[in-house]
Amino acid sequence: MGKLLGIDVGSTTVKFCLVDGEQIVYTSYVRHFARVKECVLGELENIRPLASTCRVSITGSAGLGIAQRGKLPFVQEVQAAFTAIRKFYPDADAAIELGGEDAKIIFLTGGVEQRMNGSCAGGTGAFIDQMATLLDLSVDEMDALSLTAERVYPIASRCGVFAKSDIQPLLNQGAKKADIAASIFRAVVDQTVSGLAQGRRIKGKVLFLGGPLHFLQGLRKAFTDVLGLDAAHAIFPETAPCFMAIGAALHAAGEREYTIDALASALSEVSDGGEIAVGKPLFASREEYDAFVDRHRRSDLAFENIYKYEGDAYLGIDAGSTTTKLMLITPENKILYSHYQTNNGQPLEIVTARLGELYSLTGGRIVIRGACVTGYGEEMMRAALKLDFGVVETIAHFKAALYFQPDVDFIIDIGGQDIKCFKVKNGAIDSIMLNEACSSGCGSFIQTFAKAMGMEIEPFSRLGLFAKRPVELGSRCTVFMNSSVKQAQKEGASIEDISAGLSSSIVKNAIYKVIRARTPEELGEHIVVQGGTFLNDAVLRSFELETGKEVVRPAIAGLMGAFGAALYAKENTAPSTLLSGMVTEAELRNFSYSSRAVTCKGCTSHCGVNILTFGDGRRFVSGNKCERGAGIKRSNDPLDLYAFKYEKLLALPQSTAEAKRGTVGLPLQLVMYEQLPLWVTFFEALGFRVVLSDRSSRELYFRGQHTVASDTACYPAKLMHGHIESLLDKNVDFIFYPCESYNFDEHDSVNHYNCPIVAYYPELLKANNERLHGGNLIMPYIDPNSEKTTVRALTRALAAYKLPSRHVRKAYASGLARMEAFHREIVERGREILATAEKEGKEVVVLAGRPYHADPEINHGINKLLTSLGIAVLSEDAVFEAGEPVKVNVLNQWTYHARLYRAAEFCTRRSCNLVQLVSFGCGIDAITTDEVRGILESRGKLYTQIKIDEIAGLGVVKIRLRSLIAAIAEQKRKKEGV
Amino acid sequence: MKEERIADFTDDYPVFTEEMKGTYTILAPDMLPWHFDLLTYVMRREGYRIEILKNEGRAVIDEGLKHVHNDTCFPALCVIGQYLDALKSGKYDVDKTAVLITQTGGGCRASNYLPLIRKALKAEFPQVPVISLNFSGLEKNSGLHLTLGVIRRMGYAIFYGDLIMSCYNRVQPYEAHAGDCDAARQRCLEAIERAFDGKGFSKLGRQADFILRTFSAIPVLQKECVKVGIVGEIYVKYSPLGNSHLEDFLRAEGCEPVVPALMDFILYCVVNNLNDAKLYGKRTRMTPAFRFAYRWLLGKAKRIRKATAKYPFFAPQHDFEHLRRCADLVINQGVKMGEGWLIPAEMAALVESGTENIVCAQPFGCLPNHIAGKGAVRVIKELYPRANIVPVDYDPSATRVNQENRIKLMLATARE
Repeated sequence: MGKLLGIDVGSTTVKFCLVDGEQIVYTSYVRHFARVKECVLGELENIRPLASTCRVSITGSAGLGIAQRGKLPFVQEVQAAFTAIRKFYPDADAAIELGGEDAKIIFLTGGVEQRMNGSCAGGTGAFIDQMATLLDLSVDEMDALSLTAERVYPIASRCGVFAKSDIQPLLNQGAKKADIAASIFRAVVDQTVSGLAQGRRIKGKVLFLGGPLHFLQGLRKAFTDVLGLDAAHAIFPETAPCFMAIGAALHAAGEREYTIDALASALSEVSDGGEIAVGKPLFASREEYDAFVDRHRRSDLAFENIYKYEGDAYLGIDAGSTTTKLMLITPENKILYSHYQTNNGQPLEIVTARLGELYSLTGGRIVIRGACVTGYGEEMMRAALKLDFGVVETIAHFKAALYFQPDVDFIIDIGGQDIKCFKVKNGAIDSIMLNEACSSGCGSFIQTFAKAMGMEIEPFSRLGLFAKRPVELGSRCTVFMNSSVKQAQKEGASIEDISAGLSSSIVKNAIYKVIRARTPEELGEHIVVQGGTFLNDAVLRSFELETGKEVVRPAIAGLMGAFGAALYAKENTAPSTLLSGMVTEAELRNFSYSSRAVTCKGCTSHCGVNILTFGDGRRFVSGNKCERGAGIKRSNDPLDLYAFKYEKLLALPQSTAEAKRGTVGLPLQLVMYEQLPLWVTFFEALGFRVVLSDRSSRELYFRGQHTVASDTACYPAKLMHGHIESLLDKNVDFIFYPCESYNFDEHDSVNHYNCPIVAYYPELLKANNERLHGGNLIMPYIDPNSEKTTVRALTRALAAYKLPSRHVRKAYASGLARMEAFHREIVERGREILATAEKEGKEVVVLAGRPYHADPEINHGINKLLTSLGIAVLSEDAVFEAGEPVKVNVLNQWTYHARLYRAAEFCTRRSCNLVQLVSFGCGIDAITTDEVRGILESRGKLYTQIKIDEIAGLGVVKIRLRSLIAAIAEQKRKKEGV
Repeated sequence: MKEERIADFTDDYPVFTEEMKGTYTILAPDMLPWHFDLLTYVMRREGYRIEILKNEGRAVIDEGLKHVHNDTCFPALCVIGQYLDALKSGKYDVDKTAVLITQTGGGCRASNYLPLIRKALKAEFPQVPVISLNFSGLEKNSGLHLTLGVIRRMGYAIFYGDLIMSCYNRVQPYEAHAGDCDAARQRCLEAIERAFDGKGFSKLGRQADFILRTFSAIPVLQKECVKVGIVGEIYVKYSPLGNSHLEDFLRAEGCEPVVPALMDFILYCVVNNLNDAKLYGKRTRMTPAFRFAYRWLLGKAKRIRKATAKYPFFAPQHDFEHLRRCADLVINQGVKMGEGWLIPAEMAALVESGTENIVCAQPFGCLPNHIAGKGAVRVIKELYPRANIVPVDYDPSATRVNQENRIKLMLATARE
């Protein structure tokens, strides 16, 4: 039997393997940089000296198209791996393969099963590449660093974009890159365990395959550590990178024989240019482009010579998430000095260096009277450099935009990490829209992509200006865009076309997803665009084409935050202040700091905090959710209804209750957050001792992670798995969680459903946790409104305890009464808080979500953040009854969601503001959010939405809330001024 | 709702009135390619000028993306995209056009498609009314007012649609002359339409026999095709726009697609009302009507199975009562949101009857599918170790390669 050739064409690499008889005689592994065909043909030439004819089989995600068009044999890659494993490692129990965009797992013993990741690219090679770019390291450097890590931070693993929003704050707070690198690998492992294994434990002899698992020692270590494998059970074959190619070669045995020439000609006939959607070119001609450039040149600031100028000046610093910007202006708003730099994760170093330069340039001629900082790193910078002011970035940008266009009614800022849009009415911010974690397909995406193509962002985006056929890449999340780009490349789109396509998809994402505009008219008449991304002419042009409007882009678009901060410093410096209090030249020369990561033990949140210690002994603490870690001792704020409710719930079960009939475990999650008083009372009345699951935490989540079946479900649901594990470990007699299609009828809505997750989650738990069975998970189907059938169902469900139904009925009735009393208490407390806040002139926020958002692990301490900002916190269930019943446009048929509408109505009539908490993946909130926004805005209130998931970093949330407060204050000022 | 002050936040929207019936063109999404031909025929005879949209492509998806929230399900996006793309095409007088959507009134988001469509239309075509087709009393003033007679005819249309679909799928992969099945399908549709012109449509046994006879007359080749069942969310299960032409793809891969009947979904909706009555004492005026409808439909389904039994080439369709028993093995029939317990029931029934390879099609992030789809796969595999199930997410941005690669993996396992 002749020679066998296996070709594995993946999303990023091409692998070849030649088998002669039983011997593997040749293997290769090369990156194809999207030039798939050329790469395969090139590699084929290396085969020529080894074989004149061979049987061949192609595999891999990009191989599919090639095989089809070249009419060559194809084998699915997991199948290929399976074949190779059975030949070379017949005793393996499981195999994990990570590729460029795919992750696969094969269970070989105990029921063969082969799985691939879903459509998300989290936890794959592409994810690791993306993260390395973010850290400004090569993948190898990141790997080497990870081995020296001292601690691991929790990083969302599901999606590259999520992970980014976890990592960025860590970087800005000065966490060590080594620790972050290790955390990234840990995230990949978590993703594999939860997303791929889905309820099946990975055990026995495990094979690790694919490029990343072969080359990255840190990743290997993370896998073996987490899975608890010793050297005998964790197998890393030498052939791992091209294992699929080997499998494909084995499959070739049954195929016909080709000469290398025939093969090469079949492959070269693979035509490029499949079906790709293309859009219009950005510019029809050079002339059109020149006119465009001329028009935008008009919005510019004047410069002043820093070498000659004498007099006052104001400094603005914008410590953004990926870039750092500085600007020094004269009192006449002329630029003395400006600087824009990628911060490479070390913003403090950059700012201190620039300040040093500034001091030497100004040479005593220029007096900095005020300095102000804005952006992600605001607090840290302000503390480190003793700057006079800090301003939330939304306000800084607004100030800057007003300067360029006094009639501005719409501002859009696309930065490296986020998109910010403000509508302006009567000279004040009327509404703020920030991108959600998931669609932060912003500037840094183009940058990452440019780097991946081995180009700088500037020349890369210029390529798009005159592209003939810009590709349509969709407007969803960046990870999806990533694979769209690769798809387009495979179809033969040029770099020019892709560059233009990226620019346009970023714009579409901003307009249709972040702003949620339906028509360009909605945006306004006088639009100012800013942010570094708009310096890119292709993006600017795409925006103008999509909106059909001519907009203002200041030449300093990338420096607007810094400019706004400088303006803020100028406006707010008291006439009597002649010199800024910021670090002096001498202090700066001796400036030093060290960073240390610790776990705060101030409360049960156990925040991972970073302590920066400066040369002069001052300290700055970051990463904590509350003020406690920062050294300010504070117990739960009396104006925090969330904390009140949570503590009250935990105190419900009576630890002294006698376990006459046994112990029942109640998982404190989902519907239990509301019905706990009912069920605790019910079971205690019947002579059971009630045991609650452990408090939610990330560790608890990890404990149950291996039983999570669907990784796109919401975080509260996924936490449920950990709660169940904790109850099982407490050896309760049984766990109780009812299935409720219907929740309590509050007569507000057409129907009173629960969402499908809340209603039926026990079914999923039972199906995916091998420790659960009919005996230890009692999950009756009940409609709590119907006493008769509920009592019947409960009596039946607890049949093993032979309870008379009249006892059950009585217990259920007292449970209902207790729940009602509990609810009244919350409402009453809410009233008190509102009254106190109104008396003290404090702002009040109704943090509106679902009952389970009271869980500190789910709300990530947003309530504490609010109170630390001096705001009283109410919950939606405390106020909705005081709101009028509402009629809304959508079908109002869920109990919890109906409360949101009424709570919103309540807020429009009181001095409260509503902040809606939305769990990622909550499909129903996709419907409620627009409706709640509509209710609030129709009556002139601001709407703020916070999307929460596993992410622990509160940086973005803080900005959002501070912007809200600033905007409210601004509105009030305007009103009083009129 | 309470009779107190009500804060009204609703927008004005046009209502579809009886007078518009003859003059308005009613657009319907391409959800059930197999059944809509007959259903629209029935509706047209009643004076509704219904037209099924067949537009596809990037423009449809782009319109959808523009008008629908990211986290809303993919079917909503497809449907809304189709409407807007069609209304913009210039083919219709937008002042004399309405759009139609079904509502089940269940606890998943699907019943909210209607308000979402209204919102989307408001921006660009505020004059276009949205009509609700539902049997739960929703949208009283903008619904279709169908007589019992019409509803009955629609029931028959679904039975015939199901039978034509399953016969076609059964024979087509094996047909000796390409095009035979398409011709047979056309012949059957025409015959059934003629039957709807008169009273012949209610002769279920006779018409079913005609369909079966027509298809069994087609010469077939002796070859082995892998049978692949398709279950999942109702829209992506049937609609080629929703599932990237899944049936065609499977045929091209040399498989025989096995698509469970639409009538099962109808029965599922009906029986959920009976289950509610049983579980929670939710008895209403409609409960006896549902009970009657259920028995009546079961009886008709039995007639078809009897007719099918005469043709050994065709496997009789599942008895719905058997499906319910299959469900009981896996999940409680209380799981009634979305496609709920029907998905595991169909998976189990398919595996039992020899179709061990299954694509479970679902929109990305579909809530009920977390539990009844992906969540139930493990139990099915425990019950039937030979079951080979691949859940596939459909989403506007997931690349086709990604989906097809996963299906190919399932097929590779099937051919082991």
